[in-house]
Amino acid sequence: MSTAAAQVHEGEDHGHHHKETFITKYVFSQDHKMISKQYLITGLFMGIIGIAMSLLFRLQLAWPEQPMGIMSALLGKWAPDGVMDPNVYLALVTIHGTIMVFFVLTAGLSGTFSNLLIPLQIGARDMASGLLNMISYWLFFLSSVIMVASLFVEAGPAAAGWTIYPPLSALPQAQPGSGLGMTLWLVSMAIFIASSLLGSLNYIVTVLNLRTKGMTMSRLPLTIWAFFITAVIGVVSFPVLLSAALLLIMDRSFGTSFFLSDIFIQGEVLHYQGGSPVLYEHLFWFLGHPEVYIVLLPALGITSEIIATNARKPIFGYRAMVASILAIAFLSTIVWGHHMFISGMNPFLGSVFTFTTLLIAIPSAVKAFNYITTLWKGNLQLNPAMLFSIGLVSTFISGGLTGIILGDSTLDINVHDTYFVVAHFHLVMGISALYGLFAGVYHWFPKMFKRMMNKNLGYLHFWVTAICAYGVFFPMHFIGMAGLPRRYYTNTAFPYFDDLANINVVITVFALVAGAAQLVFLYNFIHSIFYGKPAEQNPWKSNTLEWTAPIEHIHGNWEGKIPEVHRWAYDYSKPGHEEDFVPQHIPLKKGEEELQH
Amino acid sequence: MTILLTLTVLALISIAIWQITKIFELSQPKKENTQVADDDDNRWNGQLMFAFLIFIYGITLFSFWKWGDVLLPGASSEHGMEYDNLMWISFAIIFFVQTITQALLHYFAYKYRGEKGKKALFYADNDRLEAIWTIIPVIALAGLILYGLYTWTDIMTVEENEDALIVELYAQQFNWKARYAGDDGVLGDANVRFLQDFDGKNLVGIDATDPNGFDDVVVQELHLPTGREVIFKMRSQDVLHSAYMPHFRAQMNCVPGMITEFAFTPTVTTEEMRQTADVKAKVKKINTIRRENSKELIAKGEEALEPYIFDYLLLCNKICGASHYNMQMKIIVETPEEFEKWMTDQQTFAEVIQ
Repeated sequence: MSTAAAQVHEGEDHGHHHKETFITKYVFSQDHKMISKQYLITGLFMGIIGIAMSLLFRLQLAWPEQPMGIMSALLGKWAPDGVMDPNVYLALVTIHGTIMVFFVLTAGLSGTFSNLLIPLQIGARDMASGLLNMISYWLFFLSSVIMVASLFVEAGPAAAGWTIYPPLSALPQAQPGSGLGMTLWLVSMAIFIASSLLGSLNYIVTVLNLRTKGMTMSRLPLTIWAFFITAVIGVVSFPVLLSAALLLIMDRSFGTSFFLSDIFIQGEVLHYQGGSPVLYEHLFWFLGHPEVYIVLLPALGITSEIIATNARKPIFGYRAMVASILAIAFLSTIVWGHHMFISGMNPFLGSVFTFTTLLIAIPSAVKAFNYITTLWKGNLQLNPAMLFSIGLVSTFISGGLTGIILGDSTLDINVHDTYFVVAHFHLVMGISALYGLFAGVYHWFPKMFKRMMNKNLGYLHFWVTAICAYGVFFPMHFIGMAGLPRRYYTNTAFPYFDDLANINVVITVFALVAGAAQLVFLYNFIHSIFYGKPAEQNPWKSNTLEWTAPIEHIHGNWEGKIPEVHRWAYDYSKPGHEEDFVPQHIPLKKGEEELQH
Repeated sequence: MTILLTLTVLALISIAIWQITKIFELSQPKKENTQVADDDDNRWNGQLMFAFLIFIYGITLFSFWKWGDVLLPGASSEHGMEYDNLMWISFAIIFFVQTITQALLHYFAYKYRGEKGKKALFYADNDRLEAIWTIIPVIALAGLILYGLYTWTDIMTVEENEDALIVELYAQQFNWKARYAGDDGVLGDANVRFLQDFDGKNLVGIDATDPNGFDDVVVQELHLPTGREVIFKMRSQDVLHSAYMPHFRAQMNCVPGMITEFAFTPTVTTEEMRQTADVKAKVKKINTIRRENSKELIAKGEEALEPYIFDYLLLCNKICGASHYNMQMKIIVETPEEFEKWMTDQQTFAEVIQ
């Protein structure tokens, strides 16, 4: 390791050699590969908490108010006699949403793979600023610690839903979770946003400035395009959430009235005058909707790369794929109002947002069809990463299609905030992005940990998860269409919904099995880090530059010179070549034309 | 003790799964296991992909067969039919696209599973093809958008109608109240500041200095006549709530500090609705379930559940705190005559505060 590192610095005038200590190498590392692993492991840890919470509230929904030992074991005084308290139920759905959306699928997914792949795939020695990158991770870590700490607050964590709409989130009188728990939530998110902004700025600068010779923008792998555009959306929209959070902190702690007006609660008229909760909704969803794509685009980028590599075919319609990423990114910033059709907003605005929202279906359809065509006449290597990528396309279609109903302001009237919405967004962004994360881990594990994961456990993991994902979310559309609102602690208060009880049991059983399947992944992941088969340099016979870097991680990524790029990333099975892949650093043969893509 | 026991059981289950996966891993034949998919893997996973397609179709058909009856309860408002038409057209398009794309995706995954020595087709682009699958969604969506916007404008335009019944829906943690405008057809001014006047009898904070308010009627059970447009004015006194009336395809948030609006015309009385075949079947099904549950309760020495009778519902559909799940009001739709009769029995605000 040290000799390899020394060689790097001989080859390039790269400053002098630092002696690395345990702290600088594993803890406060500025190396993008280490930071990427830190993001992944923190993200997985948060994922375990988030998924465990969902299983707890699924148990409550299937067998409402039945005493269960596991409740008293895990929730203690919040589950007297083994029955979960309604406030705790709301806290669990709130923190589940927050953790999964931000901590797992934003930081865990984008943070991990942007960090790992941006420098390696564009041919850079590291991120533009290693220091900012390190600060970004540690801010994320800090915000995770605060979020987890909020679970141990006396009155419980935030419980106003992950969207924390005021006045519910602003008034401790309205629910116990809106006290210290909410304060910690807001502080944690503010730090998270700072972390995300530092990360995103770094990704943008790195992609724009540090590409190796020959790596033009039109030769960038689609992963990098996705990470790059994701970072741009993040920089545009996250600050708006920060402003919303700051204004909410003002309302909560300093008596301002940005979001509050005319409130009477617990026998008392409050002084707030003139604010509007609808303003908060606008600010929140100005991030909240782009956030869906911040979560989803990296997963789609990862999938593009994995599907092309394992189909042994060029990705179909590279230009259209880039164009659709750009179109989705642009549209994502002007559709936030579709979360607010019935918020009291002027109905004319609803018309505008219906129009912009349904337009998103067009680039999404292009992406789906291009994936399918990429599979056509391929030579598919169905390894776990590829299975998760195909699974992603499947859930992306299934979940995306119901968006046509929810994005239509008229139809939204009756299914808004029902389980139909829950089913829709879990499939299209939750499960899809999670599949992207898994696909990425199976595919780049050899690059990250120098070992291979066990493929058979990977297959087991995929098939159980795939069946359960549909088993959980398909029936959920039905209880939504029946009119059952989300965030209900139990449906037993309405005899009208009694005939949905058995559907809830089916959903919970699938959810429990899905949860167990993730243990298989966890075992495979941890076991393979230490005992996996040693990896070859380019196990998937892939074209991108990260596989030209030595297996052993070295500071600066390549010994000697950084490879030069001569072609795009998708010359798979190109006629005139013996192998079915031609890595990007291989010069064009005499007379070979680079594809006009 | 139970805590300890549960934790032990949890730990044991985790260990068991860990061990099973280990056995699973060790039982793999020790051939050249490079962890890269070989022809065998491609074959059986390709076949599973095809099986998975059948699974997706299967779960779709099964769900419709088993649970199809819970979808969209019968519409009871004038715009309900319009809403349902748009819904079923959208659904038809969605199912068509879903069936075809999932078939292509999974069939290709099966058909083109990898084999050693085979070479994939180098096929990177086809502008014509891409133009086709850009334009087809454009046309389909243009139709849906136009149809949707037409319906939306129709539903959301609240016309000032002399005949219309003005009803205020008043939300608070965790119940609903309704206020009728009375003979003058005008709701008196109201604000949360007036809630404590008259020893708490001023349930929705009517301003006693506004003469329009004296004939207002505040009730806890919503009565609506058929065939007359009802214009709802929503208010909330504390946090966000949402007035959701699924049978009428109606929903609007209740926002503290502002008044929101929604209007519809009820068409089917509660009594008529109870006589429809769908509702009868549903009530029968629910009562069977309730009888089963009652047996368990009685065995435990608790009271049996009351039999269920159909009623229209107003539910809260915006998270509002601990009892969000139980924030409801009964809606009774009746003939105009029955409604007028009921109305005359109610106390006006002037009578209440005397």
